[in-house]
This record gives sequence, C-alpha cells and structure tokens, in this order.
Amino acid sequence: MAEISLTTPLSEEGVRELRAGDRVLLSGYIYTARDAAHKRLVELLEAGEDLPIELEGQVIYYVGPTPPKPGQVIGSAGPTTSLRMDPYTPPLLERGLRAMIGKGSRTPAVKEAMREYGAVYFAAIGGAGALIAKCIKEARVVAYEDLGPEAIRRLRVENFPLIVVNDTQGNDLYEEGARRYRIED
Amino acid sequence: MAREVSVDEVARTVARLCQEANYDLGGDVRERLRQALETEESPAGREILELLMQNADLAAAERVPMCQDTGLAVVFLDIGQEVSLVGGDLTEAVNEGVRRGYREGYLRKSMVEHPLRRKNTGDNTPAVLHTRIVPGDRVRITVAPKGGGSENMSALAMLKPADGEEGVIDFVVGQVERAGPNPCPPVVVGVGIGGNFEMAALLAKRALLRPLGQYSEDPDNARLEREILRRANNLGIGPQGFGGRTTALWVSVETHPAHIVSLPVAVNLNCHAARHKEAVI
Ligand code: SF4
Repeated sequence: MAEISLTTPLSEEGVRELRAGDRVLLSGYIYTARDAAHKRLVELLEAGEDLPIELEGQVIYYVGPTPPKPGQVIGSAGPTTSLRMDPYTPPLLERGLRAMIGKGSRTPAVKEAMREYGAVYFAAIGGAGALIAKCIKEARVVAYEDLGPEAIRRLRVENFPLIVVNDTQGNDLYEEGARRYRIED
Repeated sequence: MAREVSVDEVARTVARLCQEANYDLGGDVRERLRQALETEESPAGREILELLMQNADLAAAERVPMCQDTGLAVVFLDIGQEVSLVGGDLTEAVNEGVRRGYREGYLRKSMVEHPLRRKNTGDNTPAVLHTRIVPGDRVRITVAPKGGGSENMSALAMLKPADGEEGVIDFVVGQVERAGPNPCPPVVVGVGIGGNFEMAALLAKRALLRPLGQYSEDPDNARLEREILRRANNLGIGPQGFGGRTTALWVSVETHPAHIVSLPVAVNLNCHAARHKEAVI
C-alpha cells in the first residue's frame, strides 16, 4: 500500500483529498493536548480570548508521554483514547484545526464537524509508544506547563506513521474495516 | 517457627517488577503475536502486528516502557501462612515499591487522589492491592500494571442462570464488539464467571495473569475459551480496529461456585500490552 508523505501545516485542499484507509507519514511540527488542555482552549474560545497556539492548518496529537530518560527527547508516546476529547473538538475544528491523531472512534458530532470544516482524524498505533517516540525529534512545552504530562507541547516529528480513520467525505475506517473482515456465524 | 520476610524486600521487589513489567513484554504474548501474523489476512493488520513486535523488542532493549500508559499498579500478594512480615506496614511497603519503581523507571504517574476531584497523586500510588493467605512460607508477588484504555472497556453483568453458556458467550463477545478499536486490539480477554458480584470481577482480573496459549484445566471452561476466541475473531475488528482476523490474542476463563439464583459474568479486557511480572521471596 502506498504511503503519502505530508508536512505540516496542512492545507484544507490537501486534507480533503485524503481518504479513510490512506497510510500517511507525517513530518513537521504538531501539538500535543489531552482533556485538561482541551478544556482550557475551549473555555478561552467561549470567553472570546486568544488561544496560546494558532490552530489554522495544525495537527493535535492526543498523547500523555512517559517522562524522558536522560538523553531522550521524550518518553514513550503512543496515542490515547480520543473519545475524551470529543466534547471539546468541534469548536477547535471551526477554528481551522486540520487533523487530530489518537486512537478509537469519534462521535457523530465530531465526524460531522470534520466534514463541514475540512479536517481528518488519523490513528497512530496504540501501544507502540516506544517505537513512536523514535519519530519525535524535538519536544518543547508551549502552554499550560502546570498540567505536567498534559501540558501542550510542540513536537517536531519525522515520518510519523498514521492511517486515516475519518476523512472529509464521512468515511470511517473502523466501520468499513470490521465490515470487510466480519464472518457471520 | 514463622519465616520472617522484611517488608523492605517486598518494596524492592515491587519496584523492580513495576519496571520489568513495563519494559519486557512476556514471551507468551510475543508468541501469540507471531502466530497471529501467520493467520492475519489484512495487509494493514499484518503490518501492525509486526510493528507491535518491533515495539516490544525496542522497549526491552532500551529499557523504556512499551506503552506510555504505564498503568495503575495492580499488585497481588499470595502470603504463605507461615510467613511473618516484619519491619513495617505491608500496604505502605507496596506503595513505596510502586512509588520507587515509577520514579526510578521513568514511568508515567496516572493516579488521581479522588475519582471526582481528580488531582494527580504524583507518584502513581496507591496500588490496587489484592492479598491472599495461602499455605507455605513464601510470598508470591505479582505486579500487573493496567492501562486505562482497556480497563475502561471492561464490564460486568448479573445474568440469569437460564441464560446459560450462550448468554455468557453473547455478553463477552458483545463486550469485545462494543469496545471496538478503543482497547488497542488485539486484546486479551479475561473472563470471570460465578462467585458473586465482586468476585466475578476479581476472577476476570486473575484470568489475565494466566499465560496466553494455556487453556483452562476444566474442559468446559476450555471449550468456552475456544468458542469465545473464535467468535471474537469473527467480529472482523482486527489489529487496532482497522479490520482483520486478529481481534483477540487469547481468552482465559476462570470460574467459581455461585448462588443458586445467580450467574455473574465479568469481562476484563487487556490490550496487547498485556503486562505482568512475578517473583517469589
Ligand atoms: S489500551 Fe493498552 S496499549 Fe492501548 S494505550 Fe492503553 S495501556 Fe497502552
């Protein structure tokens, strides 16, 4: 299967060409954020205030890494379950967030927002935290340092292996994949 | 004469096992991943199984955690009745072991002090501790760090006795299906049947400690294990939920006598990062 190389920031047109099941190698800068950081971002948006990071064209990775050992850029850094971020996601997509990286299914509201604003959802390999850490070349806290492992970090990644789960056409790899391989008893 | 075991030694052992469990995936899990690679039909699924094996090798070689969710520390102590534990509070010693293991091993601290206030305790304590008094003069310590993603997809049902074997299979397979991609398939399925409400859950947790590839010694339980595994793998969820033959690596069933009107069933899902290490002192 062909792999598509992409570099951030991502354009809306480029993202709209991706299809569920496409394999992607992502390079460039991405941001980390989990529930606590999402909650703060959305509270700022609701209050009409500026965000600590620009979202247009950007990618958010749902990850809470282990502490780095001496000499490491980052500890093990696989994806966390995306479901917890779903309530906060549509307003971020409205602000131009182009892609999210996590694991597990998204809610219909998030899938609809991806279609409307032109964004995709990638899965990284859950539980492959040691391997994924090798693709991360730099990590720097850029906001909410007080959140510890949940702070927003800017990562520079090289050839981060991903697969498109939800595209802008409403396709869902989880649903299609299970349907294709299902055997009825 | 009771044999003395110092709680310091318990703490040191717990600390070591927390790290080893997170760095070294068991040989039984690797073997099942290898076997799954031979039967997996989906190209993406095969590639994922290969990457999971590479990830396990890398974690073991570099002494880093295989997964960033280094888990809640579940600790089982089987304490011989001829043992006298000396030198302090046993529960505190177990927590000290977890504290040290997670700090010195660069493991993630994932515990909050109250389920609603949710402030991180900062050192991954307290452990969830299960003790049993057993014959003998040894202490068997098992540390099983448990990730939240798969734990959250676990469930318990109080079935009716008339639901029988079919009811049990439907509930367990249904739970694997509802969990879908969330628990990082391929999963390991721990099933506890019988006992009462809380015992079923503990049986399911203990079932996850059995080596993969080893069926129950009870022939009916073994048959159930085969059938649940077959049906789970017919779901098509596959590695990481992208579709494929390998949804579950193994199913272990543990049973216990039950009340005449009850059929409790608990399913504890574990991910492919099925971690546990043990030591005897
Ligand atoms: S479910 Fe398991 S493999 Fe997946 S992120 Fe959680 S602990 Fe890691």
